[in-house]
Amino acid sequence: MSESNFPLSGPIAGVTGNRVAVEGPPTWLEHVHSWIVTVDHKKIGIMYICYALLFLLVGGAEAILIRAQLFFPSNQLVSPESYNRLFTMHGTTMVFLMGMPLLFGFGNYLLPLMLGARDMAFPRLNAFSFWVSAFAGVLLYFSFVGGYGLAGAGSAPDVAWFAYAPLNEQAFSPGHSTDYWAVALIANGIGSLGTAINIIATCFCMRCKGMTLRRTPLLAWIYLTIGGLVVLAVSPLTAAQIMLLIDRYLGGHFFDTQAGGSAVLWAHFFWIFGHPEVYILVLPAFGFANEIVPVFSRKPIFGYNAMVAATVGIAFISMTVWAHHMFTIGMSSVSNAFFTLSTMLVAIPTGIKSFNWIATMWGGKIRFQLPMLFSIAFLFQWPIAGLTGIMLSVSPFDWQLHNSYFLIAHFHYVLVGAIIFMFFAAFYYWYPKATGRMLNRKLGLLHFWLMVIGFHVTFDPMHFLGIYGMPRQIYTYAADRNWGTLNQIVSVGGFLQALAVLIFVFNLVYSYFKGEIAGDDPWDAWTLEWSTTAPPPFYNFAVEPAVASARPLWDLKHPEDPDSAYE
Amino acid sequence: MSSQSLQYASDVRGWRAPSRGMVGMLGLIAAESAIFTIFVVAYLYYTGTRVSHPSPREVLDIPIVATICLLSSSFFIWLAERAIARGQVKIFTIFWAVTWLLGAIFIGYTATEWYRLIHYDNFTVATNVFGTAYYSLVGLHASHVIVGLLLILVVLLFALFGQVKFEHAERIKLLAMYWHFVDVVWVVVFTVVYIVSR
Repeated sequence: MSESNFPLSGPIAGVTGNRVAVEGPPTWLEHVHSWIVTVDHKKIGIMYICYALLFLLVGGAEAILIRAQLFFPSNQLVSPESYNRLFTMHGTTMVFLMGMPLLFGFGNYLLPLMLGARDMAFPRLNAFSFWVSAFAGVLLYFSFVGGYGLAGAGSAPDVAWFAYAPLNEQAFSPGHSTDYWAVALIANGIGSLGTAINIIATCFCMRCKGMTLRRTPLLAWIYLTIGGLVVLAVSPLTAAQIMLLIDRYLGGHFFDTQAGGSAVLWAHFFWIFGHPEVYILVLPAFGFANEIVPVFSRKPIFGYNAMVAATVGIAFISMTVWAHHMFTIGMSSVSNAFFTLSTMLVAIPTGIKSFNWIATMWGGKIRFQLPMLFSIAFLFQWPIAGLTGIMLSVSPFDWQLHNSYFLIAHFHYVLVGAIIFMFFAAFYYWYPKATGRMLNRKLGLLHFWLMVIGFHVTFDPMHFLGIYGMPRQIYTYAADRNWGTLNQIVSVGGFLQALAVLIFVFNLVYSYFKGEIAGDDPWDAWTLEWSTTAPPPFYNFAVEPAVASARPLWDLKHPEDPDSAYE
Repeated sequence: MSSQSLQYASDVRGWRAPSRGMVGMLGLIAAESAIFTIFVVAYLYYTGTRVSHPSPREVLDIPIVATICLLSSSFFIWLAERAIARGQVKIFTIFWAVTWLLGAIFIGYTATEWYRLIHYDNFTVATNVFGTAYYSLVGLHASHVIVGLLLILVVLLFALFGQVKFEHAERIKLLAMYWHFVDVVWVVVFTVVYIVSR
């Protein structure tokens, strides 16, 4: 019986319960080999997550350099050219090499376990997608060495993460750095697309017996929606990158403004991808909250159907709002009005979600464990991020503050305050399942408080910097602007967050060896992944489970009052 | 606690999940549609821009025969699907080969059209915005036809060596779905390039 035969159906012969028969320990080489050739969703998920953590540190280091450069007025810590590369690589890395792999890693690891399946729908496509994405990361960072071609000293993309035309054209960005950027994003897009199709097929086709769509865990609904968004939103980016390469290599004129091409078209194409991408990244945060908040409030989720409707509603609305990134590019007043209103509409489904989480906690018996602490921080920070978003959606307001530090503060509130915080919650919640050990609570609390304080010290003053007129992507500023103090506060906050992340990564490694043994179900939770061992065997479930409600383990633990009796 | 005890109660007779292959192929088609949409939008965006010589009307001929070939190949691949679903391997092989041939005629026409444009009209991807949009959109579609032809050829070779049987009907249906998609996209590309913008 080997991994490559999975997923197969029927009970696994010779296995009692879910315990694995212990064989002789593999050699080091066999161990490495088993990870490289694996098609097991758990191993691929963990590789995705490790890959994302590596780039979290790299992208974080770039952010720290940016903050160090902005610490003093007229500072010259890095050169202006390097500064442009730093913010370009920071943005590209965090979105494509950290955010996407992290969410795909958790999806890969959790979906089959939560759906009661033995693997993803297409295990080999899964491995292919991961390795293509990994190759994309290598390509992007190889540009530091190969950006000028073999003869030169080396460079990296410096066109900002949205690479506006015509700056991204050969005439203004000579050398190969922009090509590495484009090709890396195409490769990454192919990997994302493969995994997205896999996720959709898994959520539809791999559900265990009895798991109708209305009994599917909300996280699976979230990932199904993400899969759809990736299919419909990342493909346009791939198309636009192909066009860019046609311009750069074949002498095409798509975005060449001097030969009849259009720079605005690039902006449209990029943001048709770029805005749904924000929702692709934030939806997992919602999904984790959907799983964690009920378990730590000891209550079922409030408004399951409303949550599903809100999730799908967000996906639909997110496809119609992209040009709110382009109010300052200049559009007709009809477009301005349309995109203002459609952007405001997003507040309705996200508001429904926020209130449902609060209603889930209401009257519950809340346990302030680490996953719940991060979730509560998320519940405070996410509405603030959303409210500044509604402010920016008003086009006249946006004309004043677009591409200022107010905007930077707004989207970092989403990306860090909501997404990263919920990813941390997810790490604390599912780490015991993946490793069999708990993450250290003392280190975790230190991480939590440093992160919360560092986050607010960084991003709250940034709003004011924006209102005082500091634009994004500037190399430095004069002392008489009076931006110095606020910038220093922001930088100190950034350093605190970096410290918090380092403590967290240390905790991941430390607890792997020294952590408290967790047991199979440390949180007394209700979804199927907790019914198997920790860590799960590679076939996940010796006997394929069958469920009768949305909380199968509740039914199992409380036969006197099962959920299934109310369906 | 083992998942064994999760076997209780639930009435799961007749539980059937949708086909993985079908969902996967539909996902791929959705993604490809999004890519084509972007290229079509770009084409339409540049339609009517004043361009340097040549303009679409000066160089493009309507490819009627090639279009008939490609669209009718959808019909023949459907006949082939139906044959294999009934286990008629020989009939399947004939219709499958006809499909391949019709697709090959189409791609041959595109090749000669491009040869004529490049060598006699000196019209390339770098000539003007129209050239960029035209070669990109038609080339994107042609590359999909080529991928489809390669896949069909692989199955055809398997069929000629007697390796295609009744149990492969579902996989063949999936490949046929891709081919239908390529044909439907041609209807859009044909309308946009040769009718609306010409």
